[in-house]
Amino acid sequence: MNIALKREKTAAEAALTDQFAKAPRSANAARAFQRFETLGLPGRRVESWHYTDLRAQLKEAAPLAAAPHEEAIAAARALLAAEPKLAATRLVLIDGRLIAELSDAPPAGVALTTGAPDGAIAENVDALIALAAAIATGGFTLSVNAGVDAGRLEIVHLSREGASFARLRIDLGAGARAALVERCLGAALGAQRHRLTEITLAKGARLDQVVSLEDSPRLNLDSTIAQLAEGAELFNFGLALGGELTRRQLFVSIDGPNAQLSLAGLTLLDGERRSDTTIEARHGAPRGTSREFFRTIVADEAAGTFQGKITVAPHAQKTDGAMKSQAILLSPTATMNNKPELEIFADDVVCGHGATVGALDPQQVFYLEARGIPRDEAEAILLEAFGAEAIGRIADAEIAEAVATRARAWFAGRGMRR
Amino acid sequence: MLEVKNLSVSVQGKQILDNLTLTVNDGEVAAIMGPNGTGKSTLSYIIAGKPGYEVTSGEVLLDGEDLLALAPHERAAKGVFLAFQYPVEIPGVATMTFLKAALNAQRRFHGEKDLTTPDFMRKVRAAAAALKVDIEMLKRPVNVGFSGGEKKRIEILQMALLQPKLCVLDETDSGLDIDALKVVSEGVNALRDDKRSFLIITHYQRLLDHIKPDVVHVMAKGRIAKTGGPELALELEREGYAEYVDAAA
Repeated sequence: MNIALKREKTAAEAALTDQFAKAPRSANAARAFQRFETLGLPGRRVESWHYTDLRAQLKEAAPLAAAPHEEAIAAARALLAAEPKLAATRLVLIDGRLIAELSDAPPAGVALTTGAPDGAIAENVDALIALAAAIATGGFTLSVNAGVDAGRLEIVHLSREGASFARLRIDLGAGARAALVERCLGAALGAQRHRLTEITLAKGARLDQVVSLEDSPRLNLDSTIAQLAEGAELFNFGLALGGELTRRQLFVSIDGPNAQLSLAGLTLLDGERRSDTTIEARHGAPRGTSREFFRTIVADEAAGTFQGKITVAPHAQKTDGAMKSQAILLSPTATMNNKPELEIFADDVVCGHGATVGALDPQQVFYLEARGIPRDEAEAILLEAFGAEAIGRIADAEIAEAVATRARAWFAGRGMRR
Repeated sequence: MLEVKNLSVSVQGKQILDNLTLTVNDGEVAAIMGPNGTGKSTLSYIIAGKPGYEVTSGEVLLDGEDLLALAPHERAAKGVFLAFQYPVEIPGVATMTFLKAALNAQRRFHGEKDLTTPDFMRKVRAAAAALKVDIEMLKRPVNVGFSGGEKKRIEILQMALLQPKLCVLDETDSGLDIDALKVVSEGVNALRDDKRSFLIITHYQRLLDHIKPDVVHVMAKGRIAKTGGPELALELEREGYAEYVDAAA
C-alpha cells in the first residue's frame, strides 16, 4: 500500500504560491516554482536547513515590493549620496530591480542586460534557490568579455519594505577579471530579501566578490551558484552585520582542473539574530584548491551556524582543500553551530577542516585593562583582532579597510547596545 | 603612596593572603622576597585588580583612595602599573596600536585629548631607544613570538610611556639573561624619582644588585614576616627562606 503523506502548506507557503500565480511567468520559472512547491519551505527535518528552521520561523511571506517610482528613486539617491562610492562603476538595485537612473554604464568589454535572467535551474537545487528563480522580479546579467579586466564594480542592493526576489547572472569569459563590491542597504525592519546569483567563470577567469549585509531586514537569503572552468579563480567574502534571520549559501562546482576557490566571511551577531553560512565546494576536476575561512562573533542570545562541505569526486586527484570555522561566544546564552564535512572519493588529496568555538581570553582582557583600557574597549580591540584575520583574506587593501571600518563600528557600538 | 591594611584574600575558598599589612612610601623602592607559593603574585594581582580573587578582609589604599573599589582600568589610570611575570600574548593586535590605545585611554580618563600620531611616535621612539627596543618589533603583535627578555623589556617600555605612580614588578627578572637584566634594571632606575614608588617582587637577590631597594620585606605564608634594609636581601641569599617558612608554619 502506498500512503502519500501530504504536507500541510504553511501560511507563508500559501502566500508565495499566490504571489507566483499573480504574475505571468516563463516555463522555466514555472518549473522552478514546481521544484519549490515539492520541497516547501525547509525546516529542521531537511538536513541542510537543520539549524535554520525557515518553515517555523518564516511565519508570513511579505507582500512583493512594488516597482519603485520617483519617490523611492529620490530617496535612494539621497541615501547613496551619503555613501562613499567604492568603484567607478556603480549599479544600483531597488528591491531587486536594476535602476538605470542610479546606475553607471558598464565599462568597455562588459555587457549589462537589465531584468532577471530566465535560465533553467538544475533539477536538484535547494528550495530557496528554486524560489528565487521562480519569483525573481528583477536582476541583471553581467558579462565580461574574454580577456577583459572589468576592474572594480560596486553593486548596491537597496531594499525598502516587503519582499524582493533578485536574480543575477555573472559570466566571465576566458581570462576575464572582475571585482565586485556588493552592499546591502536600506531595508526596513520587516523586509524580506531573496537573492540568487549565478556565476560562470570560463577558463582562467578570476572573480573577486566582497558582499556586505549592513542593514537589518527581517529575512535575508543570499544564494550563489558558481561554476569554475579550468584555471578559474573565485574569491568570495561575506560580511554580515545585520538582519534578523539571514543565510548565505554558496554552492561552487569546480569543473575544470587547476581552479582555485577561496571563500571567507565574518559574521557579527547580537540580540536574538540568527545567521547561517552554508557552503559547498564540489571538486569535480583534478588539482583544484579550495580555502574556506570563516569567523563568527556571537553576543547576547544570538545564534550562528556554519555548515561547510568539501566534496572530492573520484577523478579530482591532487585536490587541496582546507576549511576553517572559528567562533567567539560573548555570552552564556549565545549559540554557534559548526558542521564541517568532507566527502572524499579520490585517494590522492589533501583536505582538512577545523572548527572552534571559544570565549574571549580573560587574561588578554585583563592585560589590556591593567594598562588603563576600559573593559568594553579592551573587548572591542580583541574582537577586532579576531575579525581582522578573516578580513585579511581580502586582497584589495582599500576594500579590506572599508570592511574593517564597518566591523570596527559594530565592535565599538556593542557597549552602547547592551 | 600604597597602604595595604590587614588584607586577607582567598581563591576558591583557599586562603592565600593572611592579614597582610604593608606600606610603601612615596619615592620608595620596596622589595618583597619570599619562597614560592607564598602569595607574592596574588598581592600584585590584587593591587592591579585581576578578577578571580576574593578579598575577605582589609583594604588597599593608593594615596588614601580605596583601590579595591575601582575597576582595573581606573586603577591603571590613577597610577598603578603591574609589570606581569608572564606578559600576555595578544595575536592580531600590533604592539604600537596597543600602546597608543593604552596611552589615550589614560589621557581620556583624565579629561585630556588623544595624542596626535607624531607626538605618540616621538614618545615611543624615545622610550624604545632607552630600552634598546627595535621600533620594528613594535609593529608585531603584542608579545607574540617575543623572547622572555623582549617581553620584559616591552613591559618596562609600557611603564616608561605610562609614567605610573606605583610600579609593581612581578618577578621581572625571571627569564632574563644578564644583559637583559641590566637593560631592564637601567630602565627601572631611570624612572626612579621621589614621587614614584616601586614594589619589586622577586625570589633572588640578583635583581636587587641592579635595582637597589630602600626596604626589603620577607613574605611567608601570606603575610609579611620580616622587614629590613637592603642587607636583609643578602642575608636571605645566604641563608634561604627556611627560617620564615618554619616560623610562619
